Amino acid sequence: MAVTRPIASRRQVLSGLAAVPLAFAFLPQLAEASASAVEAEIKKLFGDKAIGSGKIKLDAPQIAENGLVVPVTVEVESPMTDADYVKAIHVFADENPLPGVVSYRFTPASGKAVVSFRMRLARTQHVVCLAEMSNGTVHMTKSEVKVTIGGCGG
Amino acid sequence: MSNPTPRVRVPAKAKAGEIIEIKTLISHEMESGQRKDSAGKAIPRKIIKAFTASFNGKPFLESDWHPAISANPYQSFFFKVTQAGEFRFVWKDDDGSEYVATNKIELA
Repeated sequence: MAVTRPIASRRQVLSGLAAVPLAFAFLPQLAEASASAVEAEIKKLFGDKAIGSGKIKLDAPQIAENGLVVPVTVEVESPMTDADYVKAIHVFADENPLPGVVSYRFTPASGKAVVSFRMRLARTQHVVCLAEMSNGTVHMTKSEVKVTIGGCGG
Repeated sequence: MSNPTPRVRVPAKAKAGEIIEIKTLISHEMESGQRKDSAGKAIPRKIIKAFTASFNGKPFLESDWHPAISANPYQSFFFKVTQAGEFRFVWKDDDGSEYVATNKIELA
């Protein structure tokens, strides 16, 4: 009996420890209700492929006064030769009514993988950008944009 | 809204091997399909859904656009010049219409 008692108490301690991170795990999900919609889109494109970081420079304002017109520039590091180039860039927004923003498909003739465009943001959220390279690797980056006036009308 | 009018800025001349910036703008309201009119009825989506840039008949950049692209879409991208020729830019509307712009470039 004297042996089992300490084991039981260790179990209690362990289950208590496990409950703490579990309780906090729900908080970020509440804050980003449709981050999972972006994840679903990424899964549709790349399945369970490992996604790396780096290579992408996502230039978006930290604060956008007007969510209707948010200027964004995406720059992917690549020599853009026939052997090594950026195949595609995909942009998503995790708190818009629809997650997709734009996809660009490049060829080595582009010279460099840089695009600028203007997008709508319904509210403060992350802009997520993925780059697909010709060797099959995928890179991702995201940037938070605070929106003063949302851009989805109605 | 009046007919969408594309406007494109391409340099008239470039050296062989030079990477040039191309800027495009098209007047289009990009109705997202998310808005409601005063009676509360959803306004149907009508956006430009695709864009293609070609040089001498060969596409070098393609893109798919979603309703999150702003009205009067502006974009800029790059192209490596190797010879003189003609650019052709095509915007495809949800309703099936195509808006086209062409620009010539010469070697400097």
